[in-house]
Amino acid sequence: MPSEPHAGTPVATAGKPPGQRGEDVIHNIGYRNYEGARLGRRYARTSLFQQSLRGAYGLGRSAKSKVLPMILFAVMCVPAAIVVAVTVFTKAKEMPVGYNEYVIIMQPVIGVFIAAMAPQAVSLDLRFRVVPLYFSRPIERSDYVGAKYAALAAAIFVFTATSALILYVGALLAKLDFGDETKGFALGLVCCLVFSVLHAGIALAVAAATPRRGFGVAAIIAVLTIPYMLVNALQAIVASQDNDPAVGWLGLASPGSLVDGLQSKFLDGKHSFPGGPPDLTGAQASAYALLTVLLIAGTYALLLRRYRKAGL
Amino acid sequence: MYNQTVARLTYKALLGRRRALLLFALPLLLLVVAVAVRLLGDVDDDVTKQLLGGFAMATIVPLIGVVAGTGAIGPEIDDGSVVYLLAKPTRRAGIIITKLIVAIGVTVAFSAIPVFLAGYILNGNSQQIAVAYAAAAAAASVAYSALFLLLGTVSRHAVVIGLVYALIWEALFGSMVPGARELSVQQWALTLAQKIGGSGAGITSEVGLTMGVTLLAAATVGGAWYASRRLRVFTLAGEE
Repeated sequence: MPSEPHAGTPVATAGKPPGQRGEDVIHNIGYRNYEGARLGRRYARTSLFQQSLRGAYGLGRSAKSKVLPMILFAVMCVPAAIVVAVTVFTKAKEMPVGYNEYVIIMQPVIGVFIAAMAPQAVSLDLRFRVVPLYFSRPIERSDYVGAKYAALAAAIFVFTATSALILYVGALLAKLDFGDETKGFALGLVCCLVFSVLHAGIALAVAAATPRRGFGVAAIIAVLTIPYMLVNALQAIVASQDNDPAVGWLGLASPGSLVDGLQSKFLDGKHSFPGGPPDLTGAQASAYALLTVLLIAGTYALLLRRYRKAGL
Repeated sequence: MYNQTVARLTYKALLGRRRALLLFALPLLLLVVAVAVRLLGDVDDDVTKQLLGGFAMATIVPLIGVVAGTGAIGPEIDDGSVVYLLAKPTRRAGIIITKLIVAIGVTVAFSAIPVFLAGYILNGNSQQIAVAYAAAAAAASVAYSALFLLLGTVSRHAVVIGLVYALIWEALFGSMVPGARELSVQQWALTLAQKIGGSGAGITSEVGLTMGVTLLAAATVGGAWYASRRLRVFTLAGEE
């Protein structure tokens, strides 16, 4: 048996200094290991967050996918600008619409934005079966879920907080009281934050359940608006029967009225429940806060569970 | 014009799988709420009107219209299988009319009947309220089906556009801008309810009866005509 130079030597090249690699393998087709810096889990996580956030507004995507978010963004901001114009020109003593109130009134627009963007963030990955590719990177399941959750919440926050900012700047231009307005604006931002985190969780949990984008859009709209309309109708009925405590308890049943009740109790706002002023009682307020926390934690846990199986 | 096979396929597409889940869930929700309201407190005509007008007509009927109207043709165009249908020697206007009839049938069945039942559960059809709202729901269903079928042939994002119309235009702008209410299928259909409902019922609508019925008919016929036109000039090659 002729003695081949390779005979008996292991194919493995581990431990060899770079450059001499491959001298003793059968075929050296020139593959090299990556020797640059490894950016790691944290970098992958922030990239995923950034890309998802930009994607929600169509940045870095085709011109066609910029149309819908930008139109909705304009629809969200223009009424705020009109409110500002009215306040400045009529020299009103205060804004006709509060910061929190504005977010609650514009809910249908925000709802459409959320419904269009949440499936875009998660359903397409599922549909084209690229989720396993994400997990072949150094990120963990919680990184993917956390990044997507944070990105959608940030997108909704930007969507809502921008119009609050327009109202605030307008209030200062109209020379309204600086202290009052700043306090209202700060509380308004907190309201936007709670709204964003809660709605992002609900929308993502629904979107992650279906790989079909169209179906996800319809399902999210249904989950967000049908309970809200139902709660409104029921509250009006109960209010006309002079059953005030029930109005507050009914508000628990939809995400929109949940945020509405929360902001009226904790963030110095007025709720738009039918039947008017009677505020939430202490027990109701704690139920609202508890349910909000439970929903946020619950949807996050559901998402984690959804991505437990890498094959999907 | 009516094509049995196309009708059968459309029924299957509408009532099969997950779409049917939504179609059954919405009316069921309405009935459950009606029963709950009835059991919880004394129900008068005002409460019935609030629930049927504020929830059923404003939310359930348009949503069922969106699901059935766009569902009759949208998915076929989306996954490209409409090509096999168009390649057959059937008139395209015939395809649209068949699909429209099926969509109307499904929408009426899933919206008008539950509305009538809910009204009957709530106050036993006093002042003809249940009949009035059921008639309005049926009339609105016809117009919604035609409009959303048209949307399905015009855009790939028919569901989103349909929902935007149903929720933002009819619910949000309708409540803030009075003029927007006159341009809403819901208000046109409510003229019928106003006519049928007893004088004590006090159902109101923004437009007159003749105006409402004319607009409903115009929306239906116009929607169907333009949809068949869209299908006639449908390009077989994909856009992207």
